[in-house]
Amino acid sequence: MLDVLTGFVGELRQAGLPVSLTESLDAAEALHHVPLEDREALKYALGATLVKSSAHWRAFETAFEVYFSMRGPQFDIEDPSSDARSDEIADSEGAPGRGGGAGEALSDEDLAEMLYRALLSGNDAQMAALARQAVGRYAGMEPGRPVGGTYYLYRTLRNLDLDRLLERMLEAARAQAPDGRLTALEERLARDELQARLGKLRKEIEDEIRRRLVADRGTEALARSVRKPLPEDIDFMHATRDELTALRRAIHPLTRKLAVRLARKRRHGRKGPLDFRSTMRHSLSTGGVPVDPKFRYPRPARPEIFVIADVSGSVAAFARFTLHLVYAISSQFSKVRSFVFIDGIDEVTRFFEGADDVAEAVHRINTEADVVWVDGHSDYGHAFTIFWERWGEEVTSKTSVLLLGDARNNYHAPQAWVLSELRHRARHVYWLNPEPRSYWGSGDSIVGEYAVYCDEVFECRNLRQLEQFVAELA
Amino acid sequence: MSSPGPLGFPDPGPPRFDSVGDVRERLAVTGYLADEGTAGVVHLADRLAKPVLVEGPAGTGKTELAKAVARATSSRLIRLQCYEGLDESKALYEWNYKKQLLRIQAQRVVELDEDSASQGQGGGDATAVEGRRAQAATWQDIEDDIFSEEFLLARPLLEAIRATDAVVLLVDEVDRVELETEALLLEVLSEYQVSIPELGTVTAQRVPLVFLTSNNTRELSEALKRRCLYLHLDYPTLEREREIVMKRVPAITDELADQVARIVRSLRTLELKKYPSVSETLDWARTLVVLGVESIDAEQAKATLHVLLKYRSDLERAAKELSLVEQESPSAPTRRLGGAS
Repeated sequence: MLDVLTGFVGELRQAGLPVSLTESLDAAEALHHVPLEDREALKYALGATLVKSSAHWRAFETAFEVYFSMRGPQFDIEDPSSDARSDEIADSEGAPGRGGGAGEALSDEDLAEMLYRALLSGNDAQMAALARQAVGRYAGMEPGRPVGGTYYLYRTLRNLDLDRLLERMLEAARAQAPDGRLTALEERLARDELQARLGKLRKEIEDEIRRRLVADRGTEALARSVRKPLPEDIDFMHATRDELTALRRAIHPLTRKLAVRLARKRRHGRKGPLDFRSTMRHSLSTGGVPVDPKFRYPRPARPEIFVIADVSGSVAAFARFTLHLVYAISSQFSKVRSFVFIDGIDEVTRFFEGADDVAEAVHRINTEADVVWVDGHSDYGHAFTIFWERWGEEVTSKTSVLLLGDARNNYHAPQAWVLSELRHRARHVYWLNPEPRSYWGSGDSIVGEYAVYCDEVFECRNLRQLEQFVAELA
Repeated sequence: MSSPGPLGFPDPGPPRFDSVGDVRERLAVTGYLADEGTAGVVHLADRLAKPVLVEGPAGTGKTELAKAVARATSSRLIRLQCYEGLDESKALYEWNYKKQLLRIQAQRVVELDEDSASQGQGGGDATAVEGRRAQAATWQDIEDDIFSEEFLLARPLLEAIRATDAVVLLVDEVDRVELETEALLLEVLSEYQVSIPELGTVTAQRVPLVFLTSNNTRELSEALKRRCLYLHLDYPTLEREREIVMKRVPAITDELADQVARIVRSLRTLELKKYPSVSETLDWARTLVVLGVESIDAEQAKATLHVLLKYRSDLERAAKELSLVEQESPSAPTRRLGGAS
């Protein structure tokens, strides 16, 4: 057990979780107090001692599934190609309410039908058994084949056709309703319920695939390949849809924390002048001796921020998150104005004015801003020129200009003179580039040409780096 | 007096709970429905003699957990509410300055009386020297005297350590104190002792159960996290929320409780500014019971939704998404839930 635990802790560290020595000792100690055969109890014991942040829970869970998944007789790995064998599994599960004769090989239709019924009645045990069978049948897993789990997941789900399943179940739900149809609210609730059940099924299937992969490749190799990055380490430019959702969820608490931290920093920077009145008032408790001088809070310099963001396909996600973060802490700035461009440029400050919801405003930018001039390929030079003509006058010595983009200019003219002019007028000019530093200047990237005129150019590939920069800025 | 166990773990003393199941049952008796993870962590906290750091969104029952554990173990709950500017005189202990002053003044009055008495006798040099010596002795006495237990004001942390009865210590909203103030907690949380320079070290008779709650408004320091077990309390699952509603709102019907839980779950899948908390769910359930609602329809839901949601934009979005206002047939939920793309 100790070996498994050490390996597990090693894997957590590999995934980027800060697990200290005392924490792994705690985990070892905790194992004395939980029944080891109870997997859930084990999971929570390890989670409570090793993982100290909810953002890390997903990474922990993934690693846990790999390291502590397949032990136990009911998880025997059957031969995926043999239906008869998988049928036995279903039997040994004692799945209740199975249609058809026991021992007979199920046809695809039978399987789908059983799954449909199990889902409709919310029978989790049977659903799990069927999920296992579906993986055995459809995933077509071959030992030693070097493909990722997502490929098998895709193949299994494609065969099960969950969308159609959902519609069928909704039909059934409608048929059950007293007058044959549901109100809009009931329909929505039924749909959410069924979605949740399908989510469970999907998770069962993922688990099963992972179990089989572990059996095939061994724990450590698999742990490496399914390792999930922490939300703050996800690369903006290569995030999958799921990862983007995780990012969106992560950005909310992040902005809140940032705002609190900045507000505190403001209040505690003791650089204000002596507050004579308050000092005298407090000296009363020490008999009129001003032991504890009080100071006024300083008036912070609040910069004006101009954000100029490239929103073309490759870097759109990055621009979105940066705008989100900047606006979430906009109370720290005297004014925030934002401009987006691809080859044309448009001011989008109006979307944020009066909008309660930053996410909504960012969404509107994508659909309503007028950013295409000729062909919808990034043209930094043209966008900058137009910016200078239309808004250049409004940049003052209080303004910090943030430029967001990968500076991949599609070999158009760079027009770097605009930045040179901007730098003369503005307080600071910063460039945030979502590409890794090693790619800068390769191909059509001309970040080097612009960098000459910037105060600094930052690599900003994930939330961690972005947060760092924004905190510095305010 | 607790002696260090193997590996330097403090001796947890006799167990308060027999097993994880026991934790759940006894918490349920007090009206707190714990899930497997919560019960497991409470059990571990007792066995390992470690504090529990409870994090999670507002209104998921973090403070309630500590209260319920106190009730279940029939312990006294000592609560330290954290706020910005909390310092050791409010968290640990403070010398009763005014009482000390009084004590010194009283001493001086006695001495003056003695002085005037001796002057009346017209004493010589020898008595004056002796008097000074006596005074020096009394100063030592005074110092010992004014820094004794009598003049010590115990604040929650010290109180929990000194307690001879069973206590549960709740350090509420620990994320509100400054990073530097957190350090105050470290000695208490890892060694269960408080060092007072004038008195020495006070060690816990019996390691108390400690709960720290955090709303996650800032990252807590590594040092603090390392000393704690971590529990993330998230919104409950559908089944658990339904049970909670039925337990806490006894007048509700099964059907209505189910509907309440389902609608709340649907609301939590939307992208809202503030998600409805468990306490708000309970408020809503109570509201519906008071209004005599038996089954929620769109009209009633719309009229009472403000109990659950506290932002106008959230209300509007929820009404739209849950089709509480008239509109064309709903589009596929995957698209509607997808948000910005």
